[in-house]
Amino acid sequence: MNHPLRITLCVALLSAWLAGCGSAVKLDDKAPVVDAKATPAGANSGASSGASTAQSAVTTVDASKINPVAAGNLGRVVYFDYDSYALKDEFRPLIEGYARVLSSAKAKKMVIEGHTDERGGREYNLALGQRRAEAVAKSLVLLGAADSQLEAVSFGKERPVSEGHDETAWAKNRRAELKDR
Amino acid sequence: MVNPPETQHCPTRRRLLAGAFAAGAWPVATQAQFRVEIAGVGATQLPVGVTKFREEDKSGQSISGIVRADLERSGVFRIVDSSGEFDETSRPNYTDWRGRGADALVAGSAARLADGRFDVRYKLWDVVKGSDLGGQALAVVAADLRLAAHRIADAVYEKLTGDKGVFSTRIAYVTRVANRYTLRITDADGEGGQVALNSTQPIISPAWSPDGRSLAYVSFESGKAVVWAQDVASGERRSIANFRGSNSAPTWSPDGGTLAVTLSRDGFSQIYLMDPNGGNLRRITQSSAIDTEPVFTPDGKSIYFVSDRGGSPQIYRVGASGGAPDRVTFSGSYNISPALSPDGRTMAYVNRNGGEFKIMTLDLAGGTVRTVSDTVDDESPSFSPNGKLIIYATRSQGRDVLMTTTLDGRIRTRLLSSGIDVREPIWGPFGR
Repeated sequence: MNHPLRITLCVALLSAWLAGCGSAVKLDDKAPVVDAKATPAGANSGASSGASTAQSAVTTVDASKINPVAAGNLGRVVYFDYDSYALKDEFRPLIEGYARVLSSAKAKKMVIEGHTDERGGREYNLALGQRRAEAVAKSLVLLGAADSQLEAVSFGKERPVSEGHDETAWAKNRRAELKDR
Repeated sequence: MVNPPETQHCPTRRRLLAGAFAAGAWPVATQAQFRVEIAGVGATQLPVGVTKFREEDKSGQSISGIVRADLERSGVFRIVDSSGEFDETSRPNYTDWRGRGADALVAGSAARLADGRFDVRYKLWDVVKGSDLGGQALAVVAADLRLAAHRIADAVYEKLTGDKGVFSTRIAYVTRVANRYTLRITDADGEGGQVALNSTQPIISPAWSPDGRSLAYVSFESGKAVVWAQDVASGERRSIANFRGSNSAPTWSPDGGTLAVTLSRDGFSQIYLMDPNGGNLRRITQSSAIDTEPVFTPDGKSIYFVSDRGGSPQIYRVGASGGAPDRVTFSGSYNISPALSPDGRTMAYVNRNGGEFKIMTLDLAGGTVRTVSDTVDDESPSFSPNGKLIIYATRSQGRDVLMTTTLDGRIRTRLLSSGIDVREPIWGPFGR
């Protein structure tokens, strides 16, 4: 979508950047990161077709609504080891990505749903799933999200994604899912 | 191995009981067919004759059949040849009955009254002594004929064993078929099922109020765990714990004046007390661990609960107004789901050992731990109100089933429900 105001802002930012005020302008503050590996706003995103004004090209980012598909590169699920609620390193980029998304869109809310595998009591597993969701929420808050943007809830063992009875199935069920609200 | 008659009855709908529907209108769920299997019998069984009640065919319920099945299912009685036409006014031929091997005899009638109710009468005789042990007359509406039969079985059981019977009590449990869940209430024999709640989202942790009129439970219908309290007869319900995070594990104090619940609202799963309407919230555990599954002692003075504050889940006891908890379970590294016997002397719980989940009992005074089940995927033990039986859920041949067992594990029955998974049984109180 093209908004004249956005284009104006982007051009203004680009101008400021080009004018050498780069260190004072954090481009990420203005445009939410939709892809942890995305190039900074203002640079040629590759969409332009090599016109002679490529260096001035602007790509509009609509920050009014984070599109889950656009955030799709981040993934939506964090997985856990048995009897554990520790966040594994491999999910750190995902958490950091969402923390950025949340801290730059203060109206955005998310719910984190914690789950366990099928083994063990229902209530204890509900609490374990809750602990997993809280661990993700606490990390997001530490990295810049506001507590009020998040709710951690749990389904315990009641909502498996895989109904199998082996470690392959269990591993898929030990998870926290991040969802938009 | 005793093969009791398979009792299948058309579901009778209690006049005042209306289902509460979580998601629009549902067609009435098909009645589960329960088949009771008894494994293991007591050392001696008391032989009893229970003859067909006069006019019971016209009543629509096999009253004598229900009494026979109840007595047999307890494992304490054996039914002898009960042919012949008798009622509560008969004068039994004791020689004939001794010849059939009976020690006791039950006979009765079920006459229809002018107002449409039924006058159910019975009498019990001691065949050995050749004496009349008394009887009763109960006037009931058609919908309560099953209940009348259970009450007769209770009276016979109590007269002959000295213990209170639980045949006229109810159980509640959760069923699941694909993505449809129900909270169901049946007689203790698994028959006469009524649906209290229909949902497309999970239902867990049902708990009876001490007066048997309400059920508290956890429903995920709003997208997370919320505690509800529902009046069983009217279906009226309200959510009583819907705080931030998960709300679960409801349980009533013995006087019905307080509920304990697990709330994660402060960032940790902790135990809180509240009034039955959800007010007057007080936190009674103070840890940064998981504290959950509270249950009151019968005297209302203490609460047993599960905590992993020591690294893995164990069962603890704390005063009902809070304080420093004492640990109660010491064998094994994973002990959960405490249930207390009505006399407060025994705790049933689930122990995990090497991947196997088994119901155990702990003698609270002496410390003796006993294995009660021979299955390996048990959950959710609950005592009958006479303290003689434990009902629990387990997995058998790929299905979730309900089991009852005597405390010594010797007499077990399996309530099999074809095609649907059943879980989370909770035994209701005396006197509904």
